Amino acid sequence: MQLRWFNPWAKALAALCLVGTPAIADVLPDDRADVLYHNYDGGGITIQGPSVLVRKKVGDSLSFSASYYEDLISSASIDVKLSASPYHETRKQEGFSVDYLHGKTIYTAGYIHSREPDYSSNTAYYSISQSMFGDLTTVTFGFRRGWDDVFRDVKVNGVIQNDPTFQRQADHRGYTLSVSQILTRNAILDLNFEAITDQGYLQSPYRKIRYFDPTVPGKQFTLADQIYPGTRTSTAASADLKYYLPFRAAVTGLYRFYNDTWGITGHTVELDYTQPYRHFIFDGSIRYYRQNNANFYSDLFPRADYSNFEARDRELAAFHSISLGFGAAYEFHVPYARWINKSSLNFHFNHLMIDYSDFRNALLAGDGVYTAGTEPLYKLNANIYQVFVSIWF
Amino acid sequence: MSIRSELNLRASRFGDARKSCTKCMGIKIIMGLLILGTLAGCSPIQPWVKPYEREHFADPIMSFNRDPVSGTYIDHVYESREGSRGATGGVGGGCGCN
Amino acid sequence: MQNRIAGIVAALVIALPAVAADPTGPAPEFVLPAKGGSQIDLAKYKGQVVMLNFWASWCGPCRQEMPLLEDIYKKYNKLGFTLIGVNVEPDSKAADDWLKQTPVSFPVLYDKDSKVSRMYDVSGMPSTVIIDRKGNLRFLHHGYKPGDESEYLNSIRSLIRE
Repeated sequence: MQLRWFNPWAKALAALCLVGTPAIADVLPDDRADVLYHNYDGGGITIQGPSVLVRKKVGDSLSFSASYYEDLISSASIDVKLSASPYHETRKQEGFSVDYLHGKTIYTAGYIHSREPDYSSNTAYYSISQSMFGDLTTVTFGFRRGWDDVFRDVKVNGVIQNDPTFQRQADHRGYTLSVSQILTRNAILDLNFEAITDQGYLQSPYRKIRYFDPTVPGKQFTLADQIYPGTRTSTAASADLKYYLPFRAAVTGLYRFYNDTWGITGHTVELDYTQPYRHFIFDGSIRYYRQNNANFYSDLFPRADYSNFEARDRELAAFHSISLGFGAAYEFHVPYARWINKSSLNFHFNHLMIDYSDFRNALLAGDGVYTAGTEPLYKLNANIYQVFVSIWF
Repeated sequence: MSIRSELNLRASRFGDARKSCTKCMGIKIIMGLLILGTLAGCSPIQPWVKPYEREHFADPIMSFNRDPVSGTYIDHVYESREGSRGATGGVGGGCGCN
Repeated sequence: MQNRIAGIVAALVIALPAVAADPTGPAPEFVLPAKGGSQIDLAKYKGQVVMLNFWASWCGPCRQEMPLLEDIYKKYNKLGFTLIGVNVEPDSKAADDWLKQTPVSFPVLYDKDSKVSRMYDVSGMPSTVIIDRKGNLRFLHHGYKPGDESEYLNSIRSLIRE
């Protein structure tokens, strides 16, 4: 049985940033092409695939971009092992956008479509970016609308196929407001505010909650369907400060606050350091994230039908995580290709460690040592690799 | 009233109120932006960092989104595993060109 | 609610800043070091139409504009016109490196401490100022977009004829 392991809206939302707002409000983004290979390995899941972006100006006022992204998922995660069997799945995503420059304003519109066997999403977005106060400030306002169709796969006689009786929808609306402000000759501050509303079927059709059931020998719990609320509204605000160091390096500090109507509050702190050296640019980063659990989340409900809304998705659990990152870019010239201004070969690595405070390894229940609710808390370690080539023309 | 029906009522009221509030919020943001744009046109504030002093911001290492494909991917990785979403966009400042 | 938004949009349209008026008055005088080592005094160019172009090697539109400025200089130099490039970078190494790849034949001056940029109130990159034969400011243009050079040419031609 297949399983979608991540928040449905997260896919569409993060995909949006693929062709997000332009960097400078009064100059169109550079023409470029990027081909990336990504690989995530951790917690029993391997996800890999390509990500391609091409951006080109047409005339002086228009810039077009097209993107393609794939996730080849091989999952034997703790959730899949608990309630389903390991699976393979491919998600494909295409997007395109157009930027129009008029004076000191850039108008952007775009569309993204994502498709996998049991989920289809469409997102349309537009944004307006305005340069003001002598180009020291750039203000951007963005709006996006998403429409998702949720399906479900079932195993019939050992064969995985679509369940025709199951089809749900999820709708999303997002508003963003960003202000980019040059503070001094060496410092720039980015402020972001984002409000998102979701409506409809917002859960995974495969994940289950568990409730304490003394009648089950050994394990002492029974699985049951999750029940999520039909709406979710969230707000997030972040401040990102970048500072130029006189020997040509950059240090960045980020803080983000998140809050939503499901009771989740999240804090993100990240520090980055960028150091060029000859033809190389090196990056180092450390990211700390912490959240409390959603108010309808529980690792083990005390009995069946305990509350109106019930979830055991570990994305909604209380946890903290640390991510350590390292990147190296090597700039080179392509011989005999005068049309290429600049090209680089890049390698990025991240090590992600998640420590759950209220999500336990339920697979260990009933092994003679642990009973339901006494299993050790789950920990996740993942390695994330990216290799990509970028060319500017 | 049983616990379940009370929770039901609370959740639906909460949900509806939040739904209309987001639309209000969106309209407030639009209005705020338009007012800001209007003010920017007749602002007496002179740029304290002159265009010819902005060379550092043209340096790619000072860009918030130097590798957009890579940045999007890692944001996607975090967002898939966390309850938080949003406010990760990076919009750069003017280099003073044009 | 809709009326309120319409009202604000209307206010925004009306409040859009008016096009900057052409400058007047005498051009501030200065002496700056030039590429090649000599000192250049603006006052010595009285009697000619002078175009000052403030640029930097890190500014994309500035780099895009340079070959066109070179063409303008070559064409009108013998007709009582001169073009002077003023590089605004505190460290001129990047500018010199770029000029090695894209050489120009008009004088390039170094305004390392931004003294002249401040005198001319440079508020955009690039900035182009045209001064008439009597030494007065006559034309000001901020930024560069392909097609702007025709504005420069119109101004230069009319000032040469004066």
